[in-house]
Amino acid sequence: MAGPSRTDRLARWATTLPPTLFLLAFVAAPTAIMVLASFREPGEFGGLAPWHGISFEAYRFLLSDVIYAEIFLRSLVVAALTTVICLLLAYPLAWLIAHSPARRRDLLVLLVTLPFASNFLIRIYAWMMLLGPLNLMFTPWAVMIGMVYVHLPFMVLPLYVNLERHDLALLEAARDLGAGAWTRFWRITFPLSLPGVYAGATLVFIPVFGMFAVPELLGGTGDILIANLIKEQFLQDRDWPLGSALSILLTVAVLACVGLAALAARRGLRGTATAS
Amino acid sequence: MALLELRNVTRRFGRLEAVKDVSLAVEAGEFFTLLGPSGCGKTTILRMIAGFDAPDEGDILLDGKSLAGVPPEKRPLHTVFQSYALFPHMTVAGNVAFPLEMAKESAPVARQRVAEVLELVHLADKAGRYPHELSGGEKQRVALARGLVGRPRLLLLDESLGALDAKLREQMQIELIALQREVGIAFVFVTHAQDEALALSHRVAVMRAGRIEQCDEPDKLYTQPANRFVADFIGKVNLIDVEVAAASKVLLTLHAPGLGEIAATDPRPLRAGERGTFALRPELIRVFGHKESADLKNRFEGRVRELLYLGDVTLYKVELANSFVIEALMPNAAPGRAKFHEVGDPVAVCWRHDAGIYLAG
Repeated sequence: MAGPSRTDRLARWATTLPPTLFLLAFVAAPTAIMVLASFREPGEFGGLAPWHGISFEAYRFLLSDVIYAEIFLRSLVVAALTTVICLLLAYPLAWLIAHSPARRRDLLVLLVTLPFASNFLIRIYAWMMLLGPLNLMFTPWAVMIGMVYVHLPFMVLPLYVNLERHDLALLEAARDLGAGAWTRFWRITFPLSLPGVYAGATLVFIPVFGMFAVPELLGGTGDILIANLIKEQFLQDRDWPLGSALSILLTVAVLACVGLAALAARRGLRGTATAS
Repeated sequence: MALLELRNVTRRFGRLEAVKDVSLAVEAGEFFTLLGPSGCGKTTILRMIAGFDAPDEGDILLDGKSLAGVPPEKRPLHTVFQSYALFPHMTVAGNVAFPLEMAKESAPVARQRVAEVLELVHLADKAGRYPHELSGGEKQRVALARGLVGRPRLLLLDESLGALDAKLREQMQIELIALQREVGIAFVFVTHAQDEALALSHRVAVMRAGRIEQCDEPDKLYTQPANRFVADFIGKVNLIDVEVAAASKVLLTLHAPGLGEIAATDPRPLRAGERGTFALRPELIRVFGHKESADLKNRFEGRVRELLYLGDVTLYKVELANSFVIEALMPNAAPGRAKFHEVGDPVAVCWRHDAGIYLAG
């Protein structure tokens, strides 16, 4: 057997090189800069102080004040809660779309994605007008409503894509073998939809964990999340090392959560991958 | 009393009558087959028995009690689906245990029964596998085991061997017969493959366009088809348009236009001038060299137009007078001889007067 031909190799380089360069320039390099920045000291007027060797000052400061842990934990809770509420709202909707006549499905999916047609900030401002008269502005409720509203489509779409492909013969078989409607859902539909649930949960959890616009616009002073804190360090307090350290903390936490979820998913999903 | 009874069942889809006034009865322990071309209504009947569909008219009774209004999950019968419909996220054992779980069987009993039924279908060593790790034949057997484990009164099989290749299919057919005998559960089997229907069933109902054309034992279907459709659908057959020339108790003389007189026999009282079809199985026809004499009532001369050498047998297509082509199947049993005649050879086709049957209409 001969190895891959010259043109094959050329094609492989041509297709993989641009994205590799892109990722190196816009993901790897900034991350490296941030890691380095987190180990330096802030400059007198913002930016970074001249190099004096590695400094753990930013991390020491993070650990010294319990407020940072509190905000971090709050972000985690908001992200988890948003994910769960989105799932509860999105599942019936996705199911209904998947079970509506084929001709109507595309229209319904379009309706789900329609909010993307207008700018995110404008939609949040719209919510301000809605929540203001209800006396809900600048409360944790407003933050949750905003978060769920913004991220709901990211939960609906992967769930719909999964549910739409389910083999209805499986439900007939379960019914034939004595399973009532409730059992059919929990024993067949739900387990088989888990890949969609995981995909949707990931798409909601990660952006919510790092979201700063919603709490900033809808929340009160007590509702700030870790992303607001990061933004503050860079734009207001001008403490780049602390901002960088917080960013790294956020990235590591997100990766850990997603990694754990993926691990749990792999255990729970045997067999479903081929079905979905 | 029959185990399962269909009384004048009719099912319409819009203007199409998928099932027209069908009545049939299946006895306990019977292997009953619904046979017919696709779209003949056999699957609709199966779905109505299972409860996924309901008759527009008529009634379906199990043990004499109407099943009307009883949902599928409450009917004491199971289905083996054409696609098997195994639950992909459950192991073989999990799939097979599912109906027992639904029946709220205790865990130790369920484990025992699952082990037994997997033994029965020779899959004891595959209990921990997932469906996507199984071959087609193994999936089929899991589907069977899942249908049998709850010991239903009746098992419905929807084209269940259709997805298997020929060799595996034959093996599964043999296993299916043995299994059915062993468990003693009545099977209602739906298929479009006539050889499968003949090989497996105690009785076969041949369907066409929503109606049952004939319901009989396999050998009766083959040797005494009720009409032209059944004769044509089951096995190979020569169909010759004829008119009754003369009929007596012992001898029936038929006139085939362009061909001549055919001697046959029929116990029914027939009137001269009646039109019908003469059905003759190819394996009951002998092909002789045109000079050989045969002591048979029916003898027609012609030429071999085509032949298909099939190993054990050879199919001759012989062109008779008036370019009528008749098919004859000859066993290649004589040692040292592969073929008896070549294309173009002048030959005579002969058959006994009781070889074929006359079909009215």
